[in-house]
Amino acid sequence: MDAPFETWNGACAPLSEIPVLNPDRFQRFLADGLAAGGRVVSLFGRPAKAERVLVTAVVADDSANRIGLLSTAVSRRWPSLAARFPSLQGFERELAEQFGLIPEGHPWLKPLRFEHRRAGGTDSGRGSHPPIPGDYPFFQVAGEEIHEVAVGPVHAGIIEPGHFRFQCHGEEVLHLEIVLGYQHRGVERLLEGGPDPRTLAVAETIAGDTSIGHGLACCCALEAMAGMEAPPRASFLRAIALELERLANHTGDLGALAGDVGFLPTMSACGALRAEFLNATAEICGNRFGRGLLVPGGVRFDLLPDEAARLAEKVSGAFALVRESASLFLHAPSCRNRTDGTGALSLELCDQLGLVGPAARACGATRDVRRDHPFGLYRFAHIPVANAETGDVFARAWVRYLEAERSAQFVVNHLRMLPSGPVRSPLPPLPAHRLAVSMVEGWRGEIAHVVVTDGDGRLERYKVLDPSFHNWMGLALALRGEQISDFPLCNKSFNLSYAGHDL
Amino acid sequence: MIGILRSRLKLGQQTVAYPQGPARFPERFRGRPVLDPGRCPEGCAACAKVCPTGAIRELPSLALDMGRCLFCTECSAACPTGAISFTRDYRLAGRTKEELLVCRDEPTLARALDEKMQELFGRSLRFRQVSAGGCNGCEAELNASGNVQFDLSRFGIQFVASPRHADGLVVTGPVTENMLLALQQTYEAIPPPRLVVAVGACAISGGPFAGTPVANDGLAGALPGVPVDLWIPGCPPHPITILDGLLRLLGRVRGDALKLADTGIMNPDRSGGG
Repeated sequence: MDAPFETWNGACAPLSEIPVLNPDRFQRFLADGLAAGGRVVSLFGRPAKAERVLVTAVVADDSANRIGLLSTAVSRRWPSLAARFPSLQGFERELAEQFGLIPEGHPWLKPLRFEHRRAGGTDSGRGSHPPIPGDYPFFQVAGEEIHEVAVGPVHAGIIEPGHFRFQCHGEEVLHLEIVLGYQHRGVERLLEGGPDPRTLAVAETIAGDTSIGHGLACCCALEAMAGMEAPPRASFLRAIALELERLANHTGDLGALAGDVGFLPTMSACGALRAEFLNATAEICGNRFGRGLLVPGGVRFDLLPDEAARLAEKVSGAFALVRESASLFLHAPSCRNRTDGTGALSLELCDQLGLVGPAARACGATRDVRRDHPFGLYRFAHIPVANAETGDVFARAWVRYLEAERSAQFVVNHLRMLPSGPVRSPLPPLPAHRLAVSMVEGWRGEIAHVVVTDGDGRLERYKVLDPSFHNWMGLALALRGEQISDFPLCNKSFNLSYAGHDL
Repeated sequence: MIGILRSRLKLGQQTVAYPQGPARFPERFRGRPVLDPGRCPEGCAACAKVCPTGAIRELPSLALDMGRCLFCTECSAACPTGAISFTRDYRLAGRTKEELLVCRDEPTLARALDEKMQELFGRSLRFRQVSAGGCNGCEAELNASGNVQFDLSRFGIQFVASPRHADGLVVTGPVTENMLLALQQTYEAIPPPRLVVAVGACAISGGPFAGTPVANDGLAGALPGVPVDLWIPGCPPHPITILDGLLRLLGRVRGDALKLADTGIMNPDRSGGG
């Protein structure tokens, strides 16, 4: 039992089949896998016997469409791999915060989201003085001409809270540090002990703008665990809803980017056109964010043939307007002047940090869960992966535009070829002592839910990964050497989730 | 330049007719629930069992707390006798938490502020918004309420960057422990008299996060003793529900001026179960 247990997205593994190596061997396997081009999808702990923590790695081999599972039992300290593989920095900090595992030699061992420690599997309870994010060991640049700018947690607009600390020399940002955790709601612990009537409601609000993405990841995880699949018609409606979510958010982002460079025609047009896609989702299920549409085993709402045809026409018409108003922004010399070369990340840095989603594809990385680890309808219907190379604000806008275009085509085509049949089948009880991995390409990138059942088939551990977890460090590094006045533009070009990171 | 003008012309007038005309909602929009406790079979609690947030209470008789409700309609699907249904009525806001409790089918619409406050804020109202654990659903709908479609600013209502410039506070999210201090300080920085508005199930009751040890079950738990002027339920509330609540608070929309019954909005939801 030395090689990782090989499986794939949407499959379920008996816990007894996942090899448990000693920490050194585990780290060697992990390092070899990452050096060979593997990617860590998740690295999470759960309490084990004798005050140890069982750490499980989920490593994706994108080109082989496979994932490997590997575990180790750690008692308090373990050697850090973050200096060599920066994509692990957040995972190791999370394990330190949740379980007190000290990654020795970690270059940036700071609080991740000010979460309370899980001790021996039980809630340790809140201390009398909870730590407040902001009381934080900031990296500081010294020197007479250096000044520091602090922003947040309450921002100027209607935005989620986070704290940004800039070390500046004049206008130039030497370093940006991002402190999160203000949004921590204890999502994972609320999901544990389930599934129950609240499970999907929590999953849909992990990141509220990604209700379909996270809801789908949750449904697929439970279905994988139970060894069932949603009926074909439900798979179609789910994929249509996921692409509508992408369309709505990408359209909104194109508008917001235009707003941040003061190009108002596209800002107001795309701001309103975003609603066309939200409303299309509401035509299916009554909620603009798709809440209540998904249910383990299928979907709650169906479309009549004439409703589907009307919706296809509506989406196609709305996208024609998006194309027109986004083109104004993408081609205006004044906008190109602000977006070309701004906040650029190299492909090398992108891979080191393990970025996902449009932010990674803007740097030339080609990963996309829909192609690399297809799920549901994407196993049969392919969407071309959108790419750019320059890794700057323009590239992130361009990739969003291309993706929106392809999503619109996908939605229109599939609304016209919905298969017949039921849209929901019952979810059988979950088997005991299993682990299932469910990955979904949300509009921000790779969403991963990993679930583990106990002896009674209840969820003993529920690990959630929002794409923002991987990408926040990308934003911090994209700001280096930029003007501080370009921060809003760079921030919007990533448009990451605070709630999804803080859980 | 000509291209910009041409594309602008094509888009035409984008602002909704509301409040002068009817609000357009999708056929399946899930708004105010109506209850018919007379239909409840003896000892049946099918609805309460499936509710994700414990919104259904069996007081002397069936009641549904819109402050907790996510409008998922699981209860109406589970009900064997059709005692619960969801209408398309978007007017959900209440002045007190108690007003959010639906017992039968008559809506309690939000009352206006007293005359003095209406005089102060009726034509110009500036809010500071604080997201305290909000998932970005309510935040997104608050942002949308200011876009060209819903255009909150045509009523003189705006969101401002500093609490010092604000007349009130709009809170979303269950108020996480990690955000409590920032929320308190923002509230204190707003000069009185100030309005406080809770938007969304989380800010009213904790929503899906009720009972989590790292949040406060919403505004009342986080800022005890601070009067809340308006509660706007939903997960998230539709921008027009937000607009309607604020305009009723300011006395700029009253009663059933739109004759909802004529617009078909009061017809119980036709879709539902899958």
